[in-house]
Amino acid sequence: MIDTTDHVEAIAEAIRVGPRVLPVAGGTKPGLSRASGPDVVALDVSGLRGIIEYDPAELTLTALAGTPVAEVAQALADHDQYLPFDPPLAAAGATLGGVVAAATSGANALRHGGVRDFVIGVRFVDGTGRLVSGGGKIVKNAAGFDLPKLMVGSLGGLGVMVQLSFKVFPRPRATTTLAFDLPSREAQLETMARLNRGPVQVDALDLDRSGVLVRLGGDPDALAARARRLCEGVEADVQHFEGAADAAVWRDAAELSWVPAGSRVVRTGLTLRDVPGLDAALAPFAATVRYSLAANLAWIAWPGTRDLADLDAALRSLGRTGVVLTGTGTNAATDARTGGSRLIGAPTGGSFGSRIRSALDPHARFLES
Amino acid sequence: MHDMEERVIGALAQLELGDRLLTSPAAMASFGSDALTAFHQRPLAVVLAESVDDVVRAVRICHRERVPFVARGSGTSLSGGSLPVEGGIVIALNRLNRVLSVDPDARTATVQPGVINLDVSRAAASHGLAYAPDPSSQSICSIGGNVAFNSGGAHCLKHGMTSNHVIGMTVVLPDGELVTLGSDSTEPAGPDWVGMFCGSEGLFGIAVEVTLRLVPVPEAVRTSLAVYDSLQAAGDAVAQIVSAGLLPVAMEIMDALAIEAAEASVKPNYPSGAALLIVELEGEREVVDGDAARLDELLRASGASETTATEDPDARGLIWKGRKSAFSAVGWLAPDYIVQDGVVPRTRLGEALAEIDRMSAEAGIRVANVFHAGDGNLHPLILFDGREPGAVERAEHLAGEILRLCVSLGGSITGEHGIGVEKRAYLSLMFSPDDLALMGDVRRSIDPLELANRGKMLVPETVS
Repeated sequence: MIDTTDHVEAIAEAIRVGPRVLPVAGGTKPGLSRASGPDVVALDVSGLRGIIEYDPAELTLTALAGTPVAEVAQALADHDQYLPFDPPLAAAGATLGGVVAAATSGANALRHGGVRDFVIGVRFVDGTGRLVSGGGKIVKNAAGFDLPKLMVGSLGGLGVMVQLSFKVFPRPRATTTLAFDLPSREAQLETMARLNRGPVQVDALDLDRSGVLVRLGGDPDALAARARRLCEGVEADVQHFEGAADAAVWRDAAELSWVPAGSRVVRTGLTLRDVPGLDAALAPFAATVRYSLAANLAWIAWPGTRDLADLDAALRSLGRTGVVLTGTGTNAATDARTGGSRLIGAPTGGSFGSRIRSALDPHARFLES
Repeated sequence: MHDMEERVIGALAQLELGDRLLTSPAAMASFGSDALTAFHQRPLAVVLAESVDDVVRAVRICHRERVPFVARGSGTSLSGGSLPVEGGIVIALNRLNRVLSVDPDARTATVQPGVINLDVSRAAASHGLAYAPDPSSQSICSIGGNVAFNSGGAHCLKHGMTSNHVIGMTVVLPDGELVTLGSDSTEPAGPDWVGMFCGSEGLFGIAVEVTLRLVPVPEAVRTSLAVYDSLQAAGDAVAQIVSAGLLPVAMEIMDALAIEAAEASVKPNYPSGAALLIVELEGEREVVDGDAARLDELLRASGASETTATEDPDARGLIWKGRKSAFSAVGWLAPDYIVQDGVVPRTRLGEALAEIDRMSAEAGIRVANVFHAGDGNLHPLILFDGREPGAVERAEHLAGEILRLCVSLGGSITGEHGIGVEKRAYLSLMFSPDDLALMGDVRRSIDPLELANRGKMLVPETVS
């Protein structure tokens, strides 16, 4: 068992001393881990590292919050299991705590659900320096408030996570990827909507510049037949990616390799119906966008030379909220217009959110957004 | 009647609800308790809300007059979650029962809280979609209660609980303020306020509009039955299925007593034995066929004395009718029962069952076991006759011991029924004083007067 007492005490002390702390670990999402303001102390929690409990027969795993995703993924893969929410930026060094704080579900989360659907327990230090727990280490639990879910997307603003428990699943025994080259945006969206309704259940369904990308996972014996069914009724040229090529398609998605240099990555939830509106809003700014999770999610590569306030306004008009994950603008003056905020677009939570924040962080020791 | 009570009723009367404001004991009789029938309280008044505005205005009156209120749907809570507060207001939501929209492209439905669980799937069926969470009471329980108590069901193993399927909501906070949380996208930005609201047992206010995720209706569903000569053997089979990398949508176990009860009531024609394992596979044709072959092999190797499987909808329906009516069916075996809802890590199921068996024998109290084996979620049914002196207390004592056992094995005191009034005293088995203090702080940040569903989950701090 890893002794975390010293770490926890140091975290609690840093919070008590203040004035404000921002937990950081892998630093793979610098838009979130950049300490903005002279009174903010970055608190490196990457020392909170290691798997505490993992019994493959339980389909659960508990690890310290600073544990790299890659380390966990390897331990799971050794038993043919995986984190079904497909956390991105693993190769770059993303940690479990960072994935939960940023709510970064990856493309393959379409099959079984996102971070919020697999985090089952949390220990964290709140804004008063108290070490508290929520949830547990079992897959089904209705006791007490769902603090593990509250940590999802909290951006380190509701507590410093120390330990996390997850539900895990058996990983698909084989995967294959199909790319559909469709003639128009309309045809792409229509195809995505149809594929997302089944009956063939897909692991990932993305829309990037090359077209509609679909990943199928499961029993190797059935994969070819399922892929044929998927293609039925789709009038498009289909490209197949197998083996290393299949892996490369989704590694590029997970590591954000498609993002043009000098761009900032903003992640926003939306629905398929919002796609034309977002396309139109982004067009004047030459921003690149990749839609994921059947267009429940947009990864926006916002040019560093452009004013983030314009994206903020575009998202507000769509009623959507974005998280600024990476990069800094080349023009500090334009950044000032969004106040260096890590959350842009429509505000969330209203007074429900501000009241809960006041309970977990009564002295405003954490960054709100 | 006290001045305050007269003032509250007078204020509610100003809402001009007509016969939708109930104040007479006779009219309110059916609102006095829920499915945890051992508890009963008399509310001051019942408001039958027909609109969000009704809810907001009733809550505002409660807040102004400092009167506790309890939201109520179908009243199926097994933990006393919708038990009224003596002298408080019940806000009944059954009439807010419209499915507001179904979006097949986004695979979502937006519904009012009084919509019956099964009606969501009915509304989505024409699009080939369904709502996954399936509590046993799904033909009568409502979405508002499902959200408040994060209800589960037999198919949680693959699909998760209610909170995994709720992505947006409009809520009335305990002071009457309306707030929108989440959206119609599955991807939240900022803290998961929706996830926090789900399962808060009514303590954060009343959800008046809920956006739910829908799943494609599977094209193939195959239900297997396997008979074992012990619960332990059935539990081991579950572990082997999980270890083999199969992910059935449901794995349920019933013991001989539960089988006997089911046969006495809905007659599902289960094969007889010490333990019955139900395993359901669902998905695409090719996937189910492939998984079925592997499952059959595993069941054969696991020492099952008899196995059958069916894809026939009627036969499957009967299997699930037997399973889902198990709670009420034990009424055939004893005049009274307590149902518990503890969870243990899957790998410790056998140990937990053996210990419950031993505790049952030692106490001389019959316990029927029916449980979500894939999730480690036990539902021991403790049988007793309330007319015998001390029988209730002995049954409650055994129920408490079983909860302690679950926690000591690394589990939880509730998997899906919630704490309610029933298990408040046991929350401290799972959580430290600091954990509980934080939960109290959170609750009072939303509701300083502790008006919303007072007395549930957390022991109240203030007394008005």
